[in-house]
Amino acid sequence: MKIHEFQAKELLKRYAIPIQDGITIDNLAQAEAALDQVQADFGAEQFVIKAQIHAGGRGKGGGVKFCSDRATALEKINDIFGMTLITHQTGPEGRLVKKVMVAEALDIAQEFYVAITLDRSSGKDVFMVSSEGGMEIEEVAKTAPEKIVREAVTPGLGLLGFQGRRLAKALELEGKPARQAAAMFQKLYTLYREMDASIVEINPLVVTEQGALVALDAKMNFDGNALYMHSDVVEMRDLDEEDPAEVEADKYNLNYIKLDGEVGCMVNGAGLAMATMDIIKQVGGSPANFLDVGGGANVETVKNGFRIILADENVKAVLINIFGGIVRCDRIANGIIEAVKELDLNVPVVVRLAGTNAEVAKELLSNSGVSIISADHFEDAAHKVVAAAKGA
Amino acid sequence: MAILVDKDSRIIVQGITGAEGSFHAEQCLAYGDNVVGGVTPGKGGQTALEGKVPVFDSCAEAREQVGANVSLIFVPPPFAADAIMEAAAAGIELIVCITEGIPVAQMVEVKSFVEQTGSRFIGPNCPGVLTPGAAKVGIMPGFIAKEGRVGVISKSGTLTYEAVDQLVREGLGQSTCVGIGGDPIIGTTMKELLALFEADSETDAIVMIGEIGGSMEIEAAKYAKENLTKPVIGFIAGQTAPPGRRMGHAGAIVSGVDESAAAKKEMMAQCGIVVVESPADIGKTVKRALS
Repeated sequence: MKIHEFQAKELLKRYAIPIQDGITIDNLAQAEAALDQVQADFGAEQFVIKAQIHAGGRGKGGGVKFCSDRATALEKINDIFGMTLITHQTGPEGRLVKKVMVAEALDIAQEFYVAITLDRSSGKDVFMVSSEGGMEIEEVAKTAPEKIVREAVTPGLGLLGFQGRRLAKALELEGKPARQAAAMFQKLYTLYREMDASIVEINPLVVTEQGALVALDAKMNFDGNALYMHSDVVEMRDLDEEDPAEVEADKYNLNYIKLDGEVGCMVNGAGLAMATMDIIKQVGGSPANFLDVGGGANVETVKNGFRIILADENVKAVLINIFGGIVRCDRIANGIIEAVKELDLNVPVVVRLAGTNAEVAKELLSNSGVSIISADHFEDAAHKVVAAAKGA
Repeated sequence: MAILVDKDSRIIVQGITGAEGSFHAEQCLAYGDNVVGGVTPGKGGQTALEGKVPVFDSCAEAREQVGANVSLIFVPPPFAADAIMEAAAAGIELIVCITEGIPVAQMVEVKSFVEQTGSRFIGPNCPGVLTPGAAKVGIMPGFIAKEGRVGVISKSGTLTYEAVDQLVREGLGQSTCVGIGGDPIIGTTMKELLALFEADSETDAIVMIGEIGGSMEIEAAKYAKENLTKPVIGFIAGQTAPPGRRMGHAGAIVSGVDESAAAKKEMMAQCGIVVVESPADIGKTVKRALS
């Protein structure tokens, strides 16, 4: 689960990590008051106006503006509110800006990159820092990987004192800023672990002209499996930043991701769902979505799956590919029959059922009188659904 | 003798008194498994599955009293990490965890803990292990598989069933099918299973089914190039999956390798693995590789 910069900064504050502070507003009428407060609380004369969306690259996309005075700040707040911000992480459709952070401007002497995430291949969390802070860290990783210094965290022990000092040294910090950074890195890992984050990234961490260490930006993702322990994080969820169809699917425990093709897919299991999308593409079609109905598929999940797939106007045909293990195909067949009758389908539906009770299921479908194209195997199903989508 | 599990496996089910645990324990018994007990803390002394098996308070007691050496775990996510470590601490040789949704940070600690014991761990969030005709330790539908000489390793559940079904339709049975799970942290990896199948005299070829994300397939491919004599047939699901909608850069820079389906397939092919393009051609390709 993702959260906004201003929310991530609240968490940093909770762990006593210094941040570039500000006030976040969700409508223009609050702009004057926010500027007043940033001036009063943080003594700011200059401001940075920052669009709050769940994507990186905001600066490059024009969503972050430095303002040397209050009048400019007002103007920029006005510009950024309601703009459609396009960055390399939003996709070409961009994202509507509904929240804006009015932050204090700082005099920056140095910028660093700092991040923690899981390294799947070693099975350990990895702390990464680089003196090449700012926007192009992925480029640095490709061209000069030695400039990203890593410390693997021993499971159960956290980031140790000497590891924090080593990371600070790698950033060529000395004296007080070095001691501050080492302590900050340990706190940052504690936050990451205690909050069950999957990514914590501070890009950049800066040293100001006054010698203070400050987190200028912050991105955090959280492990969905651990949210049951973190109601405060769950409260930070911003549904405006998510696809409405995916939010709807989530309510029914369906794993749905919208794509831009014309063949709707309903499959049990993520691997088989991906393989189904692959084969549709290979036989000349294009998948409209990923939809995993999970291991406990029943009449209700099938109906809800249909509703979500068909809400997408691009869908010209639907493929249902179920390999019943624990799931019984006859139950799925009943779900399909009910859904087709109830939902008034106007696109062709191709059904491939294999595994437990597949034969019974096929009979149910053919005797039901509902208009369904039956497929014998995986490839056959793909050919039939792509042909149906093209004919529609 | 296939790998991991056989007729001599003495299986306990952790979480046997829950709905999932009792349902699947019953299915395992029906398959002919030697289910010697169950574990539910606080319910020791009772019986489960209509009196067919004893319930113990702990894995250690089950190990001591009925000689359990394999544990199958259905404990709910908040308690599953503890259950896995309990089994490892009790000296259970093979631990298979089916539970989906265990917090990743807990799994990091579990993996580190289990590595310090002598136990082998499979999963979590996986369909388990099936040696057709001998033992089913997990939730795979036993009837789709057939005894034979092809080893199957897979990150995915239903895609494993699909592959097994294709093999059977080509007249090929399986020595053992292992669902390793697709979570960020898993116990036994593809590479380790390749080594086990290579050493198994009852396996002639290996099917390896991967997915986008992580670098496990690449590590396995490199291992296969150096160490394997048996043919390996590989498929990677997710060629058309959109790049994850990520935020920030840490995920992209941490592994230092390309985790896309195309990159994995290329590396696998370079390492001598027969790469299947269409998920419908897995069975046919194995047949060709063996002829």
